[in-house]
Amino acid sequence: MTESSPKEGTRDRYGKTLAMLAQRDRNVVAMDCDLGRSTRSYDIHAVDPQRFFEMGIAEQDMVSTAAGMATMGKIVFANTFAVFLTSHAFDQIRQQIALPLSNVKLCGSSAGLTIGADGSTHQSIVDLALMRSLPGMVILVPGDGNQTEQAVIAAYEHKGPVYIRLSRYETSNFIPVDVPFRMGEAQTLRQGKGVVIASYGPVLQNVMHAADLLHRQGIEVGIVNFHTLKPLDRGMVETLALRYGHIVSVEEHNVIGALGSALGECIAEFASPSPKAVLHRIGVQDRFGESGSADELLAMHGMDPQGIANSVLSLI
Amino acid sequence: MDEEQVRALEKRAALVRLELVKMFSIGKAHHFGGSLSCVDILCALYFHKMNYSRENMADPERDRFIMSKGHSVPTQYVILSMLGLIPADELGTLKTLGTRLQGHPDMRKTPGIEAPTGALGMGLSFANGIAMAGRLDARKPRIFVVMGDGELQEGQVWEAAMNSANRHLSNVCAIVDRNKYESQGEVDQLKGIEPLVDKWKSFGWEALRVDGHDMHALCAGLDRFDGSGDKPFVIIADTVKGKGVSFMENTFKYHNASLDEKQYRQAIDELQGTIDKLGEGRHT
Repeated sequence: MTESSPKEGTRDRYGKTLAMLAQRDRNVVAMDCDLGRSTRSYDIHAVDPQRFFEMGIAEQDMVSTAAGMATMGKIVFANTFAVFLTSHAFDQIRQQIALPLSNVKLCGSSAGLTIGADGSTHQSIVDLALMRSLPGMVILVPGDGNQTEQAVIAAYEHKGPVYIRLSRYETSNFIPVDVPFRMGEAQTLRQGKGVVIASYGPVLQNVMHAADLLHRQGIEVGIVNFHTLKPLDRGMVETLALRYGHIVSVEEHNVIGALGSALGECIAEFASPSPKAVLHRIGVQDRFGESGSADELLAMHGMDPQGIANSVLSLI
Repeated sequence: MDEEQVRALEKRAALVRLELVKMFSIGKAHHFGGSLSCVDILCALYFHKMNYSRENMADPERDRFIMSKGHSVPTQYVILSMLGLIPADELGTLKTLGTRLQGHPDMRKTPGIEAPTGALGMGLSFANGIAMAGRLDARKPRIFVVMGDGELQEGQVWEAAMNSANRHLSNVCAIVDRNKYESQGEVDQLKGIEPLVDKWKSFGWEALRVDGHDMHALCAGLDRFDGSGDKPFVIIADTVKGKGVSFMENTFKYHNASLDEKQYRQAIDELQGTIDKLGEGRHT
C-alpha cells in the first residue's frame, strides 16, 4: 500500500487518462453537460479543443448524440454527474447505447454518497442498479487513481458500451500495484479467515483500514475488489462462498441492485456444496441520503473504517 | 424536375402504399396511419433526393436516413426492398418471431436501418452526432431525419434542435410528417405544437412548409437543401394520416389497428385504383 502517494479522486486520473488516450487516438472524443471542469472531461480540450463537445444541460441529447457519433467510428466518452447521466438519460442509454451495443463510454462522475454536501438529489445511489439491468452493459468502478487509469484504458479497448463510475472522493493509491487488473476479474487484496469483505470503488480504502483495525485485534478478514460489477466474476464468488462463512459487501450504493444484490443472486444459484457463506450487505439501507461531508455520510451509513470493523466483529 | 419524373415518383408512392398494406395484411395490428402518411416524403427522399443505393453503403460521404418516428419503419422496409437491400419475399415476416424486420428500427438486424429509434424524440440528436463526427474527419454526409408531429412533444427534440443550430450543422435536414394525429387523438387538441415554422426558425433553423402529398412541392422543397450554408434545414410536410385509404384518413383510429377481410379488400382496391389511374394518366 502506497499511503504516502498524493491523494486524488478517481475523476482526476480519469481526466488525465482521457487526455492521454486522445493524444494516442484521434477517434477519441468527449462530451459533457456543463460539468466538464468538474468531471475532468475538459482535460481533453488541452489536447484538441475540437474533440471536446459541450452539449449544454441536456443529458438525453448528449447520450443520443454520442450514439450517432459512434456509428462514424468515434470512441465517445460521455460525461456528467452519475446521478443525471444514468437517471435522466436512462431511456436514451437503453435504446441507443445498450441495445445497439454502441461504442460509447458512459462516465458517471461524483458518484455515490461522497459527492457530500450537495445532498440527496445529487447522490447517485441507484446508478449501478440501473446500469446493471441493461443487457450488454459493462460496469467498471475503479478504486483509486492507478486503477482508474487501468479501467479507462480497458474501457477504451473494449468495443461496446461501458459504464465507468467515478468519484470526487480523494484517496491515496491504496491498491497494491502488483495485483494485475483485468476487466471481469475480481482482485484478491487480502486473504482472511471466516470473513471476507467484497467491495469496490474508493470506499474500498475504508475497508482496507477496517481490516488493519481488525488485524490489531488478531482478526484476519479477506478483501476482494469487484471493480468490474458486470460481468460479475462468478468464479470468484463461488470460491469465496466455499472458503468463507461470511461474505460482507460494502458499497456506496443502495443495498438493492448493485454488488450486494449481485452476490446474493449468484450465491443463491450455486448448486450446494454446503455450507454456504451467509451474505451481509453494508451500504445505503434503501433510503435517500442527505447533505454532509463525505466522511460524515460514510460513517452515518456504517462505511467508515470503525463502522465496517464493528460490523465484522458482530459476526464473529 | 419535369412532369414525367414527378409522375414516376407518384406512381412509385402509390405502389409503396399498396405493398405496405399487403405486408400488413389481415387481422394484425400495425401502424397504418403514420406509415401511410409519410410514404410520399420517403419516396421523395429515397428516389429523388438522396445519394443512397445498395452499391454505395460503404461510402462515408453518402446520405443517411433516420426514421425518428420509428413506428413507421414498415414504409422504410418496403422502400429498402425496392432498393434491393431487403428481399421482397422477406416483407411477409414483418414483426414475426425471428425476423430481421422488427416492429421498430433495429440497426443491428436490418440492412439499411441506421439508427435505433422507437422510443420517440431521439433521432435528431443521433443525426447531429453523425454530422459532428463527420466534421471532425472533414466529411459532410447529409443526414435526413423524418419525425412525427406528435413526436415534437418530446423535449429532447428541442434540445437537439438547439444543438444543430448552435453548431451550424447545415448538413442536417429534418422533415416533420405533420399528419395531425397521434395515438389518442388530434395533436393540437392533446398538446398543441404550432406555430411550427416560427418555432423552428426561432431555434435557428431554415424552415419551410409544403404539402406533404404534392410530390412536386416536396421535391422542390427538398431541393432547396443542399447541405451547405450555415443553418440546419427543416420541412414541415402537411400530410394526411392514413393517406390513400379513405376510411383510414384523418382519424387516429388507424394509428395502430388491424383490418378485417372486408376492410383489407377495400384498402387494396382503393390503392390499386390509384395506381391504375396514374398509369392511365401517363398515356393521356
